[in-house]
Amino acid sequence: MYMFKYVTKRLSLMLFTFAIIFTMCFVLIKLLPIPTNALPGQDPEIVMKTLEGRGWITNIQEGENGVWTYDRVPIMIQYGTYIKRIVTEGDFGIVTTYGEYLNMNIWEVFVNHLPPTVLINIYSSLIGVPIGLGLGIIAALKKNKWQDQVINIFIILLISVPSIVLALLIQYLFCFKLGWFPLTMSTSNEYFTMRVFRSMLPAVFALCLGSIAGYARYTRAELSEVLTGEFMLLARTKGLTKRQAIYHHAMRNSMVVIFPSILSEFISVLSGSLIIEKIFGINGVGGLYLNSITFQDYDFFMLLSGFYTLVSLTAGIVIDISYGFIDPRIRMGAK
Amino acid sequence: MDENMRNIPKEKLRFATKRDLYHDSRFETKPVSYFQGAFNRFCKNKGAVVGGIVISILVLFAILAPLFTPFQPKYYDMVYSYVTPKNSLFVESGIDFWDGCKEKNTSRVGYLKDLALAQETGREVIKHGEYEIAADGSYVYRYDTYYGVGFGKYKIISPEEYKDIQRYQNETGIQVLYPIVKASERPTLEKNKYDANIYYEVEKLDAATIKPKLNSKGEIVPNYWEYAAGEETSVIAEYNSLRIEGENGFKKDGDQHYYVYGRRVDGGIEVRAEYYEYYIYQHNEVIKDGITKPSFLFGTTQTGKDIFACLAYGARFSFLFATTVAICNFVIGVIWGSISGYFGGKIDLFMERFSEILGSVPSMIVITLLKYHMGTSSQALVLFIAFFATGWIGMAGRTRMQFYRFKNQEYVLAARTLGARDSRIMFKHIFPNGLGTIVTSFALVIPSMIYSETSLSYLGIINLEAGNMTSVGTLIAAGQQSIMANAAYVALFPCAFLVLLMLSFNLFGNGLRDAFNPSLRGTED
Repeated sequence: MYMFKYVTKRLSLMLFTFAIIFTMCFVLIKLLPIPTNALPGQDPEIVMKTLEGRGWITNIQEGENGVWTYDRVPIMIQYGTYIKRIVTEGDFGIVTTYGEYLNMNIWEVFVNHLPPTVLINIYSSLIGVPIGLGLGIIAALKKNKWQDQVINIFIILLISVPSIVLALLIQYLFCFKLGWFPLTMSTSNEYFTMRVFRSMLPAVFALCLGSIAGYARYTRAELSEVLTGEFMLLARTKGLTKRQAIYHHAMRNSMVVIFPSILSEFISVLSGSLIIEKIFGINGVGGLYLNSITFQDYDFFMLLSGFYTLVSLTAGIVIDISYGFIDPRIRMGAK
Repeated sequence: MDENMRNIPKEKLRFATKRDLYHDSRFETKPVSYFQGAFNRFCKNKGAVVGGIVISILVLFAILAPLFTPFQPKYYDMVYSYVTPKNSLFVESGIDFWDGCKEKNTSRVGYLKDLALAQETGREVIKHGEYEIAADGSYVYRYDTYYGVGFGKYKIISPEEYKDIQRYQNETGIQVLYPIVKASERPTLEKNKYDANIYYEVEKLDAATIKPKLNSKGEIVPNYWEYAAGEETSVIAEYNSLRIEGENGFKKDGDQHYYVYGRRVDGGIEVRAEYYEYYIYQHNEVIKDGITKPSFLFGTTQTGKDIFACLAYGARFSFLFATTVAICNFVIGVIWGSISGYFGGKIDLFMERFSEILGSVPSMIVITLLKYHMGTSSQALVLFIAFFATGWIGMAGRTRMQFYRFKNQEYVLAARTLGARDSRIMFKHIFPNGLGTIVTSFALVIPSMIYSETSLSYLGIINLEAGNMTSVGTLIAAGQQSIMANAAYVALFPCAFLVLLMLSFNLFGNGLRDAFNPSLRGTED
């Protein structure tokens, strides 16, 4: 019952924050001039009618020499229409200026671009988590021996070298010089064929190197702290072997901290990495976001920023909530 | 023992005087202040010291390099695009490294073209004139990217410039202009038509790949446009300067013949100018921008920008920018955090909620919104406001924690009892105690700011390349394109800069943290 209360409290706080940010974004976007210019090959009347139909403008009239006049709908009424459409029809609007997907449903375009982003991040977690944890455990168990030193240098290097440089290096070495992989990811929709999988691999490597270093550092710090705990001494005194003590006591206790961070990373895989997506030409959400910025497609931008905000907020509270579930001793938010 | 104690002779015993009782001894060592201790601890950490030294070298580079290089980010020269890094030290010592050359693997025709260029201009287009023939019959040699440009395309210059170049040639004795080929004997296809490097007889004028026609000895035959003395037509521009055929021309069929150096066309005079010398002439005599000769320490990009200058100016901008933003964030964050932490209660709750909501807006969205709203103003300003809008929150949080830690301690209570004002307690008593932690986070914020700026300009969300400005991120983006063109050095230098910066700042920051908080040593958060 206590946990339930806590979770509801956190969730409602999160939703409150999200609503504020989303509203702020909407108002700021709507304060901008409405892009009413017709793209080449587009009928200006249709453009204006579409905007009127979306509820952004009203009272459109064609004046002399093709100049259209219109009145703006008050922003809060626009916001009401917008939210109503989302809630009742799941309609986020249509693409208005982003040439490639003109007049398509924004939500559908977005959903079509999710799989590459998510897949790459899931693969990278699948590789990164076990290796990272393994390295961290080795380093903690062999603390201050050569294994630890080597792993430490590796961690510091990987954490310091920015992901741009790492990704470029991987692209240059494996894709260009050695030619093992294609330079950019294939744009095919069949994500589970060998060809597409192979073209994803460089991006996966580039992504997972960073998370390997992060996990290894985290695990090493946590585990070596737990290993010095007094209950470890007790476990050894009561006759457990070192292996048993580490397995049943040290590892479990260090996981209390490590597991939530893995969980939150699995949530934030959704948002992906803009840089990696750009370097390896991945046809994912990141590219959509960047293009929606350049094309000034405001409805698209709204959806994507809402998405990014939601993902980062969720990842944040998942850590807090999961602490309480994993370790009953921790009573989050208790007085 | 008991026996001995009992048998001590009486004369050995005497009364203890007050003076002999030392309860405590004076400290002979000097007192060490907190910051001095921190500095000592910092100096013991070798990694941190090395990091500090590397950072200062990078900062010095960013400050000094723009002063010493005549090149600027706005400079570009499309002819010298993708020329490789050249360091005159290596060139003079004859080492095959960093000498502006690159490994070239080409067909026999390609080799002959370079050879022809080398023969005409007397330059080492093919380094040492050495080549190897690979198993598949291709020619492998070190190709000089500077001299290999040769003549570029036929150039149309004004009559005044034509005269001025002749004056320059007469004064210095350097050959800039070379004889041209008759228009009717040039290759006919559009892509080869203006290629001024083809001065020799070719096998087929309309072929896609021009093949030089060799004479019986296997040599290239020059095909200059020539005229007999006194038979000039109006098309031939007057030329009174250095001639490669000798001052008095050459004898042919008993007549005195000369080569043609310039052809009158619409809008000026068409010439073949050797680009290396023409470049020197242009920059020394006409533009006078301090560039003495084409020699690019870090090479050039696809658009012919000097990487060294771009990197130096970009680094200078990055450092300046990051430090300014960090200072602003520091001031605002400290004020906000100390108020929120010191007063606590409702004020704290409200301020915390505010910064929490602001902090959970993804920074990408803040930047994009700002960019939309400030479309016309400078991008650096957009970036500054965006980093400032969310950057102070971390600093405020850290300051708040420090205030919570100290505000209930006895010495604060004592100060308050003595009647100190709130502001005095905050900034005289509490703040100095938390300074170590706050300064450490200040040092760690700078590289993360530089990195965000770099990645934003790499992604193209922020375009800092306006006027005489550039950014390391823009250079990296150019470097990524150049990988395909087998010119990886374009990416190499900015990447190396970024890696060195991040690595040394990480080491330096960790050292600072350990020095200021010895109790945190070894734990990584």
